Amino acid sequence: MTSTLTISRLTKRFQGVEALDQVSLDLGPGMRVALLGHNGAGKSTMMKIILGLIPFDAGEVRVCGAAPGSGQARMQVAYLPENAAFHPALTGEEQIRHYLSLRGESPRRAMELLERVGLAKAARRRIGTYSKGMRQRVGLAQTLIGRPRLLVLDEPTSGLDPVSRRDFYALLDGLAAEGAAILLSSHALTEVEARTDRILILSQGRLAAQGTLADLRRRAALPVGLTVTPAQGAAPALAQALPQARPAGDGTLHLACAQDEKLGLLARIAGLGDRVADLDVIPPSLEDIYSHFSRRAGQ
Amino acid sequence: MIRRILSTAALEFRIALRNRWVAIATALMVVFALVLAAAGAAPTGDIGADRLSVVVASLTSLAVYLVPLLALLMSFDAIAGEVERGTLPLLLTYPVARAEVLAGKLVAHLAILALAVCAGYGAAAAAAVWTDPASTAGLPALWRLMWSSTLLGATFLGAGYALSSVARRPSGAAGLAVGLWLGLVVLYDLALLALIVADGGGGFTTQVLPVALLANPADAFRLFNLSAAQATAAAAGVGGAAATIPLWQSALSVLLWPLAALGLAIAAFRKVTP
Repeated sequence: MTSTLTISRLTKRFQGVEALDQVSLDLGPGMRVALLGHNGAGKSTMMKIILGLIPFDAGEVRVCGAAPGSGQARMQVAYLPENAAFHPALTGEEQIRHYLSLRGESPRRAMELLERVGLAKAARRRIGTYSKGMRQRVGLAQTLIGRPRLLVLDEPTSGLDPVSRRDFYALLDGLAAEGAAILLSSHALTEVEARTDRILILSQGRLAAQGTLADLRRRAALPVGLTVTPAQGAAPALAQALPQARPAGDGTLHLACAQDEKLGLLARIAGLGDRVADLDVIPPSLEDIYSHFSRRAGQ
Repeated sequence: MIRRILSTAALEFRIALRNRWVAIATALMVVFALVLAAAGAAPTGDIGADRLSVVVASLTSLAVYLVPLLALLMSFDAIAGEVERGTLPLLLTYPVARAEVLAGKLVAHLAILALAVCAGYGAAAAAAVWTDPASTAGLPALWRLMWSSTLLGATFLGAGYALSSVARRPSGAAGLAVGLWLGLVVLYDLALLALIVADGGGGFTTQVLPVALLANPADAFRLFNLSAAQATAAAAGVGGAAATIPLWQSALSVLLWPLAALGLAIAAFRKVTP
């Protein structure tokens, strides 16, 4: 079997509103895929369907070759819910010991797992005293139980500080290298940029775009911005030479051009010689690319 | 399967211990039982029964109110609480059946209830035997009261889980639980009493009443203990009815109700979409 998760033409309606509309997706072993979208775009709904927590209306979903939510699928899938929550009266260690038992593993491995997520020191404290980031780590620790073939992580890095975030992605890299497929959701493209193999953008229940970041960047073909700083006293002459430029409040000139016109424009500006003091090229930001796709699909 | 149930039970027991439920339930049963044992000391001479048998009759009346109440208080939060805390979706992605989750909770809550019942009745019995050594004759009745109280508790635990699943929110589940307790334990008997008075010994009293008593787990429990102990003289209320219903019928009701309630709980829990 090659595919860990196969979704074809998945459709889910809530009271007549399409939460997911003909979404298809294929996830192989070792692949890290990020699911992006606004609140209410259908990310959590899709994840809950994959986990078998809620039924769907049309299409087909196969998780590790089994129906979602079946015993066989649940044995091989790990889940980290958005805002992972646990009973406040239990300690982190007790909670992880229980999860180990439920998966048929030895509860003695609890400390080892908590160490892997950097929670060994707080393991014997009640979860009620934990910060949000610490609860998130307990949630992360329980996804490491057993050898899951598919990890479904809903906003896994919310509440984590930048250092923990890096550690978290390092953990994911290790799991993916061992052959686990990873599906994670996020609000922000900046965050998943370098850490995923493929990006899916979900907008109002439809798959607005999918591909690598380079693919998306090319397909979006968003204009490149240029900022030109004139030399002392050369501002009027420069404005005349670059009629399409828009003057900014700080005396600089702003230009925008398509990707394929960029080099020509740069050559022209360079040809203006010492009338130009400085030049900055601003590629379209990840947020721009993301809003480009999510807006287009929303129209 | 057993391992998953036991792990769930151990976890739930620990939670109940930290939430002081074990202490509260035990203290409540001990205090009430001792008060009854002390208050029930007076009429012993007139009846000719041993002290413990009289205490058992009083404890039966206490258990009918207190055991369902404790069971519902412990169980109303079982599912609704998980839904509210947001812990249910994650739990249900684990390879554990919903029936196993409920079974684990039941084992823990039932153990706490059994502990409270044994401590309470035990204290009352110790007091009775201490003042009247002949009381040892009432020990079989005490034992019967203990296990039937535990079964009564299981019935209301199951009912509590079912209500908890239906309500989804702890506040709603608490309301439903109080309603169920009032309905089955208090109003049901009042309604029957009113009907008996209105009927005046007619068809209702002879035909419908026995069935109505057996259909209510609390009444069946009371019938079973009173008719089994042959201590009906010491008790008021439905004592008269106890004589007309065979023991095996009330015993069957006491045994079947926990299974029915648990079945209901599992069916209701299966309908919960996280």
